[in-house]
Amino acid sequence: MASAETLAKYEMTIGIECHVQLATATKLFSGADNDARDKSPNSVVSPIDFGLPGMLPVLNRHAVNLAIKAGKALNAPIARISRFDRKHYFYPDLPKGYQTTQMYHPIIEAGYIDAPLEDGSSVRVRIHHAHMEEDAGKLTHFGDHSLVDLNRAGTPLIEIVSEPDIHSAEAAKAYASELHKLMTYAGVTHGDLYHGNMRFDVNLSVALKGATELGTRAEVKNLNSFRSVEKAAEYEFNRQIDRLESGETIVQETRGWDEAAQKTNSQRSKEDAQDYRYMPDADIPPIVLTDEEVERIQSEVPILPPEYRSRWAGLGIDKSVTDSLLANQLYAKTITTIQQKAGDTTAKRIAHWFSSALGGEDAPKVDESMLRDDDLIALAAMVDGNELSSTAAKEIFVDVLSSSDSPRAIAERKNMLQVSDEGAIAAIVDEVLADPASAKAVADIKAGNDKVIGFLVGQIMKKSQGKANPALAQKLIRERL
Amino acid sequence: MVKISDYNDISAVEAVQQALDKVAASESYHALLSLTKERALERAAAVDAGEITGKLAGVPFVVKDNFLAFGAPTTAASKILENFQAPLQATAVERLEAEGAICIGKANLDAFAHGGSTENSAYGVTKNAIDQTRVAGGSSGGSAVVTALDIVPFALGTDTGGSIRQPASFNGVVGVKPTYGTVSRYGVVAMASSTDTIGTFATTADDASLVMAIMAGKDERDMTTLPDFFGAEVLKPAQKIGIIREFMSDDVDEEVRDRVIEYAEKLKTAGHIVEEVNLPMIKYGVGMYYIIVPAEISSNLARYDGIRYGVRAQNVQTLAELYGRSRDEGFVTENKRRIMIGSYVLSSGYFDAYYQQAQKARTLLINEFNALFETYDALIGPVSPTPAFRIGENAEDPVKMYLADIMTVSASLAGVPAISVPAGTTSDGLPVGVQIIGQQKSDAQLLALASSQEEN
Repeated sequence: MASAETLAKYEMTIGIECHVQLATATKLFSGADNDARDKSPNSVVSPIDFGLPGMLPVLNRHAVNLAIKAGKALNAPIARISRFDRKHYFYPDLPKGYQTTQMYHPIIEAGYIDAPLEDGSSVRVRIHHAHMEEDAGKLTHFGDHSLVDLNRAGTPLIEIVSEPDIHSAEAAKAYASELHKLMTYAGVTHGDLYHGNMRFDVNLSVALKGATELGTRAEVKNLNSFRSVEKAAEYEFNRQIDRLESGETIVQETRGWDEAAQKTNSQRSKEDAQDYRYMPDADIPPIVLTDEEVERIQSEVPILPPEYRSRWAGLGIDKSVTDSLLANQLYAKTITTIQQKAGDTTAKRIAHWFSSALGGEDAPKVDESMLRDDDLIALAAMVDGNELSSTAAKEIFVDVLSSSDSPRAIAERKNMLQVSDEGAIAAIVDEVLADPASAKAVADIKAGNDKVIGFLVGQIMKKSQGKANPALAQKLIRERL
Repeated sequence: MVKISDYNDISAVEAVQQALDKVAASESYHALLSLTKERALERAAAVDAGEITGKLAGVPFVVKDNFLAFGAPTTAASKILENFQAPLQATAVERLEAEGAICIGKANLDAFAHGGSTENSAYGVTKNAIDQTRVAGGSSGGSAVVTALDIVPFALGTDTGGSIRQPASFNGVVGVKPTYGTVSRYGVVAMASSTDTIGTFATTADDASLVMAIMAGKDERDMTTLPDFFGAEVLKPAQKIGIIREFMSDDVDEEVRDRVIEYAEKLKTAGHIVEEVNLPMIKYGVGMYYIIVPAEISSNLARYDGIRYGVRAQNVQTLAELYGRSRDEGFVTENKRRIMIGSYVLSSGYFDAYYQQAQKARTLLINEFNALFETYDALIGPVSPTPAFRIGENAEDPVKMYLADIMTVSASLAGVPAISVPAGTTSDGLPVGVQIIGQQKSDAQLLALASSQEEN
């Protein structure tokens, strides 16, 4: 392992290729079900996906529409004419002996995304292009034989190819994460990383800082989490520097990521690189799009994370709250609706509830029907009207999500409505002040140590089981001292 | 010769039985690879019972064995698909069956339609209908011979570079290669995606027209199909017709040229104008064709890998060996030759020099055709430089075999319709066909012209 001093001499350069499975009902070229999750092997395979003699591809227009939407999220123009090509190689998971892809005329042209970093800055990563293609099937290896499952064969993908604009493991992770947000918000993919909906290939090279030429790169394939993207980049950075420092060269090769060992392993080197014999696919006419079609389809793209960020920054919502809201598009949509209906202050208050109640890893699962904006607005109004303490409101917020009751009904049931009746609170205040345990605090306050008043308010809250309006309690204490 | 209308007066079962009897009497030609007897007789009974009706009710036909069809294996005359039972039928077959036609069997071809003589079948050579020492032509040799022998009134073929027209010419029947995209390729074993067409053999141009009209039209399962344009055509009078000068050189058999000139004279007599035209790019046709088509073949045949269906080599140790041996055992020499040529022209460093260059030349060829069709309604010339050659005569010389395709490949590359119609025989009695080429979607008009020249 190289020393920190040695590492500091080098810079890493990363480009990422990301395969995104499109959220279509059927496959790219057939009517077979595109959802292979929990399906038995080879149960969602049409004769087209199977590569039966005489079968021809029929392009799924919905997949094309999703690619057009992806283009908007990538700030990239859509080619008015794009084409499919064939990439040839033999492998049992590739039924036709070629993958149908877009080599020469991809549908999504050059664009960029801005990936936010932890410190609040962001890194701009240019997109070289993105193209449509079909996924391959899967092989499972057993001792002396292998089994082929073609359920995934023909699943529509877009492959997003970045420029080598990334220079840290953190930025690589941030890019992957932002890409995931953009693609899920735009409705391009379900974004289920566990089921491989998005897979990242990290191309990394190292060079001495200030060097004018990039080093030889290695490609770590098939990473399926943001963390593994980050870890693989860190590992490769160290590995390549170790080699260079010990006088070895970097081999251009494909490497795999061993999650258990947290390291990359060589899979095949450039010498084994195949000649894919790309050629235009004559079975599929070019995709020809008009300005009107592209505009119409892209107008269906909902608000994307960068827009939310700038809106919420305008409300004074800080980064950590924004990040937790963006973790779920439903939260973001709900806050937007609330802002429209009830104004900025209410939106900001509820945004904080989302962040504190649902921001954590083990936050409860929330679906659309649970997010009743009118009830949430009513809950906020109860705080504004001093009917609930903000602590009580946070608790009731969670209950509102998990039941269909109104916030008032929940507050009443839990006996959490705040007491703002002066007479009732005054009785408790008098009781607390008369308590010998309060004597020292009373003396301190009289002596000018005003902060101690918090202790007395706390006692009153305790006695009232949290229902006393604390501002009122404080006012009454002051009147009596 | 039998015509479709001859079947109006007999029962379907009788028609099918007659056809099967003729097959039995013609076994020496080796025109068919399999019979769909059981299914054919069932369908015939259903026709006779009035359960199946249509324009071709009870009319027997044959399909080339690269069409997926029920009732018999679909082998494409290859070992790798030996015993392959199709789980579905080609659109062309479905549309004919929907009109009551009855498929009785599957015809021999050059394996995967690679060839011009049906000598490349993995299951033996088909013999010429007129002279059994000669080739049937190909690759749709079996379909041409069953039509010429009057076993059926029509038979389906595929034409990628002449595979219907040339055997039609060699056996003295009508053969139609339609405009690219006329008939769905769904369910037909692919050879070259950009030039594969589905067509028919028949004994008259009108029958061919009837069959084509039934098969033609948009199919949502083939994105390259055209909306149906195959309607009834009234023959346009006083057409302007060009004889392609490049095809009338001394390299072409004199008797073949004579038959074409006689055909041109008949057209003149019928009131049409015939004059010589030049198509300079056509001499590069074979060169373009044998780059583009093998490239597409190498791609389309990649799926035959012994993994999912078809024959898999036994006793293999590695995956590479499984692929290599299955494909080595499953393909004939000509398949392998074309896969290798195609792989070569697509490989890194050669793609631009060969494939791309050929595609550019193809565009120039199309431009030349288009320019001529601004002036001319149709072009005529021979189908093949010679009548049917002897079995084995060209078998050892692939280049000579390829050069014999000179007159048919250009229409394929341009995607325009071209038909082969009988134009008499040589002094030895061998049939000679004349080729009529038109602009895209002029198929029915070409057949109307051919029909007007037929002797009743």
